[in-house]
Amino acid sequence: MKLTIRVWRQKNEADKGRLAEYPIDGIEPDMSFLEMMDLLNEELIGKGEDPVAFDHDCREGICGMCSMAIDGVPHGPEKATTTCQLYMRHFKDGDTITVEPWRAAAFPVVKDLVVDRSAFDRIIQSGGYVSAPTGSAPEAGSTPIPHEDASKAFDAATCIGCGACVAACPNASAMLFTAAKVTHLGLMPQGQPERYQRVTAMVEQMDAEGFGGCTNTGVCHTVCPKGIPLETIGRMNGDILKALRP
Amino acid sequence: MADSKSTADTVEPDENLLFTVGDPLQDAKAPEGPIEKRWEERRFKGKIVNPANKRKRSVIVVGTGLAGGSASATLGEAGYQVTAFCYQDSPRRAHSVAAQGGINAAKNYRNDGDSVQRLFYDTVKGGDYRSRESNVHRLAEVSVQIIDQCVAQGVPFARDYGGLLDTRSFGGVQVSRTFYARGQTGQQLLIGAYQALERQIAAGTVKMNTRHEMLEVIVSGGRARGVVVRDMITGEIETHLADAVVLASGGYGNVYFLSTNAMGCNVTATWRAHRKGALFANPCYTQIHPTCIPVSGDHQSKLTLMSESLRNDGRVWVPKAKGDDRSPETIPEDERDYYLERIYPSFGNLVPRDIASRAAKNVCDEGRGVGPGGRGVYLDFSDAIQRLGRDAVEAKYGNLFEMYDRITGEDPYTKPMRIYPAVHYTMGGLWVDYDLQSSIPGLFVIGEANFSDHGANRLGASALMQGLADGYFVLPNTIGSYLAEAPYEGTDPKDVDEAVTAVKERISTFLSINGDRSPDSFHRELGHIMWEYCGMERTDEGLRKAISEIRSLRDEFWKRLKVTGASEELNQTLEKAGRVADFFELAELMCIDALHREESCGGHFRAEHQTEDGEALRDDENFAYVGAWEFTGTGTQPVLHKEALDYEYVHMTQRSYK
Ligand SMILES: Cc1cc2nc3c(=O)[nH]c(=O)nc-3n(C[C@H](O)[C@H](O)[C@H](O)COP(=O)(O)OP(=O)(O)OC[C@H]3O[C@@H](n4cnc5c(N)ncnc54)[C@H](O)[C@@H]3O)c2cc1C
Ligand code: FES
Repeated sequence: MKLTIRVWRQKNEADKGRLAEYPIDGIEPDMSFLEMMDLLNEELIGKGEDPVAFDHDCREGICGMCSMAIDGVPHGPEKATTTCQLYMRHFKDGDTITVEPWRAAAFPVVKDLVVDRSAFDRIIQSGGYVSAPTGSAPEAGSTPIPHEDASKAFDAATCIGCGACVAACPNASAMLFTAAKVTHLGLMPQGQPERYQRVTAMVEQMDAEGFGGCTNTGVCHTVCPKGIPLETIGRMNGDILKALRP
Repeated sequence: MADSKSTADTVEPDENLLFTVGDPLQDAKAPEGPIEKRWEERRFKGKIVNPANKRKRSVIVVGTGLAGGSASATLGEAGYQVTAFCYQDSPRRAHSVAAQGGINAAKNYRNDGDSVQRLFYDTVKGGDYRSRESNVHRLAEVSVQIIDQCVAQGVPFARDYGGLLDTRSFGGVQVSRTFYARGQTGQQLLIGAYQALERQIAAGTVKMNTRHEMLEVIVSGGRARGVVVRDMITGEIETHLADAVVLASGGYGNVYFLSTNAMGCNVTATWRAHRKGALFANPCYTQIHPTCIPVSGDHQSKLTLMSESLRNDGRVWVPKAKGDDRSPETIPEDERDYYLERIYPSFGNLVPRDIASRAAKNVCDEGRGVGPGGRGVYLDFSDAIQRLGRDAVEAKYGNLFEMYDRITGEDPYTKPMRIYPAVHYTMGGLWVDYDLQSSIPGLFVIGEANFSDHGANRLGASALMQGLADGYFVLPNTIGSYLAEAPYEGTDPKDVDEAVTAVKERISTFLSINGDRSPDSFHRELGHIMWEYCGMERTDEGLRKAISEIRSLRDEFWKRLKVTGASEELNQTLEKAGRVADFFELAELMCIDALHREESCGGHFRAEHQTEDGEALRDDENFAYVGAWEFTGTGTQPVLHKEALDYEYVHMTQRSYK
């Protein structure tokens, strides 16, 4: 396959950035999108040009590091798929593909396709945990958890923190990310003691980081590679109300 | 500079020149007495840092995966000043996140005869009698606390309909002791550790530095006193000093280029320490995982694991006839060879990894492999789907099936999966004593980065257990004895300068070679050599060939490398160049280690040493030791120190899973 790739090139945070166009040949359907980017970079290095910087690590759809908006859609056209798990068999010979970084005020561009997502870590720092110092734990088998609750908590806990939800949202809101954590811990008995304090602190931090508000567009869920359910947001809103009027 | 010294030997390397043998090595911290009391004794005898002094003691932790993340959080809670580093943009992305199958613990919730004793025994046997009894016993004891700890953090483990914790079986054992969270156990455990870590960051006890790569250890007065790191965004070279340094930087499977490890996994942190005097133990013990998606072409950048848990319900087979290329569903039952069930009737599809991998290689070598290039075997779920129903199979393995479908474009519900072995885990690592301290005082090593508990083969679901045992429970106790004696004499500024200068010179060398080949192209070629000659089956001849090929390729690397851009910016090519340079040196040591170990054990299979029916043939008389290597210079002979292994509790026998 032969393609044209239009990639966002930006030297650093201060640089204005622009789209650069590269033709690329010899793409196999069994290549992943990132392997296609590797090929492009090998060619660029060969020509003595700066390769395109992009984040990636596990290439298995689990670490949340890869983060490309492909033709305007975070992680590209396939449902429930991270960029690293997107295969070139979903594109056609001759296609032109535009690749851009996540766009959000709270995620400044570091270089090319690499953005700074440390705001997510700070939201977790504000309360996204259970205070359980090492060694203090009771016997694990002593608290049964209904299968249904454990399973729902798990669904929320599968969030990989990639930030596609923020990148897709017209308001660059981090509601789905925050709600996923609030839901995961809020459904577990271990998460109860800090439940209301947690939601208040996390939402405050979310606002402080410059993420926008939620207007229920639902695109966050549509692009989420892990399919984090939208109902987590409803659950979080319920917890916020309870926290305000206990 | 030392690295770039030419080492090309155009003549066949002579065995006598490859290494020398030094003094035997002893674990000075090895506890004595009845094995079930040793860990308790060690803790009792260890010194304790009083709470007021803890605030004055500082610890650097390199790596915040399961091992480093849990250690940083726990040390922070204890009151030490912790400074931690990772190369990703968040600790939540460490490669531990990718572990699928589960974590072992001797809880015996199933009442199926499990116990600390049995986990201990299974692990020593599974490691083919090449690990330390004391360490393994401690690991088995601590395993039960890990599950308690993780549940308390809110880790959503799988539960049965009564709400109790569920377990499954893994290879090499006959009890069900593996706790899991669907196919994402590593992710859930890592998030638990990450959240505990973030809590300490907020509390101000841990200072976290993401996107920082450690490039050198600072050793002064014979002790590890700090690290030199590069800020991967600005390129700034920073020094950090502390009372002790902990390396938790993971495994080095990426020396093979293609492996199931994440792209950034590297040996740099441990190799730099090795160059500064830390012994490197058993580098050739590599685990090749039997159930990975086969290679599809030359463009491939990494391999994907299909969790071993699949072997609980999937049946492995190949056609009985050579070159049978019919579609699998059309091959009748009696023309299929369920070779694991046939050769190993008592363990069947659940034999340990090394055995399953080699068996797959053997049937493919016989010409009975399936898929492109004949390098694959089937993992078939049709029986399980018939027996349990599609929904039950989906509930257990849904995400793995999806992943397989996404990568290969084939649906495993209707067509058997194709799998082939791939490099997955490295049992070797920096040598540590019972306290997890390396041969450099003040330098501790935890998780996959050390060599400690798995001998020559790791059992499934035991790496997560070991990483968390080290990080939550072992290191936070043992490091106290070292820190109780601190502060040690001040760090000599000359030693700091020397480390910084070495880092800067190396970077400027990379940038100035200005050749015509990318670091990746060298890495790929090195990987081919290693997979071919130091992979599933090794021979004297092949290893010698590998060593000479590695040396000449390494020479070429230092002449033809091309790194674009500058150091004072985000430069992923520069990062890669540094990692590949260290892989070159490690690769040679791995081959030397594999060559010197004239026996087969666990993941190390020397074709010259096998039983009549092709099983690994150990030589306990001559090789029941840990091989710990001392660095003497690039391309000069390393020195081998042997730590003898004694078995008081488990009787050494020929492993049999038949
Ligand atoms: C696909 C896959 C599936 C697996 N499944 C299982 C399973 O089901 N059960 C099981 O028990 N085990 C499993 N394992 C093995 C297990 O996941 C690992 O052995 C274990 O998680 C390693 O943890 P760690 O903390 O030692 O290292 P890692 O999680 O790899 O963390 C390494 C850390 O070091 C940092 N680092 C590395 N180098 C540097 C440097 N130079 N400078 C700064 N920081 C650095 C990284 O940023 C990271 O934070 C699996 C492994 C793989 C690859
Ligand atoms: S690289 Fe890890 S999720 Fe894509």
